[in-house]
Amino acid sequence: MIPLSWYLILAAGLFSIGLFGVLARRNAVAILLGVELMLNAININLVAFWRYGEVSTMAGQVFTIIVFAVAAAEVAVGLALVISVYRRRNTVVAEELDLLKW
Amino acid sequence: MTAEQIIFLIVGAVTLLAGLMVVTVRNLVHAALWLVATLFGVAIVYALLNAGFIAVVQVVVYIGAIAILFIFAVMLTRRQAADTGPALNKNWWGGALMSVLTFAGLAYLLQGWSGFSKQAAAIPSGFDAVSQLGNVLTSPQGYVLPFEVASVLLLAALVGAVYLAFNKK
Repeated sequence: MIPLSWYLILAAGLFSIGLFGVLARRNAVAILLGVELMLNAININLVAFWRYGEVSTMAGQVFTIIVFAVAAAEVAVGLALVISVYRRRNTVVAEELDLLKW
Repeated sequence: MTAEQIIFLIVGAVTLLAGLMVVTVRNLVHAALWLVATLFGVAIVYALLNAGFIAVVQVVVYIGAIAILFIFAVMLTRRQAADTGPALNKNWWGGALMSVLTFAGLAYLLQGWSGFSKQAAAIPSGFDAVSQLGNVLTSPQGYVLPFEVASVLLLAALVGAVYLAFNKK
């Protein structure tokens, strides 16, 4: 059998990789890809704690489904923002979107 | 080492490798396809955790909808010079330091926890996770309110995305 620690370490690694993507990528779409990796790491944690805790309460699986819905909403609005920004500024590189900087 | 452990190690290594490719590869279409590989690996992890419904929802919603949406967005925002600049910004080492520190902090926090190497209890015979999930999602004693709020959130996101991406000219 697999101990709980393996799942937690896998989720921590995936979260750190997603964090690196959010902090280091230049393209706004790639930053959203990093956010998706982080959300998936959270979901692994939720399902693992459901399986290794009280199975009959189902709280972990319900939380995972809510996270799915929030991730879908986040991606839809985020990508619409990116497309809108691309139409106005003709770029999606995060560093070049410095209208509020002086 | 049991077969389950070997499957987990292979799937975990492939998932982490594909995740690394997502954040480092320069071509964004390739990054989105590596994201599909990562999501498949996570779906297999759900299946290993006896969460079959979540694994199927992962494939249908994440790979079928979200990853395809990413590929569409990459194609709609492409410029001739988009793939020639560097993939990472000039402070990427700071981000790498932050993520390594985050991983080290999480690992340190977890290994001091008493339930860290806990083993899973056997699932009771006759337990049907999918029907139980349906019951708690629709019963007032369970999670019917968060379920309805999530549907309102999806409606708001739908209206907002259409408004933002609508071409006014």
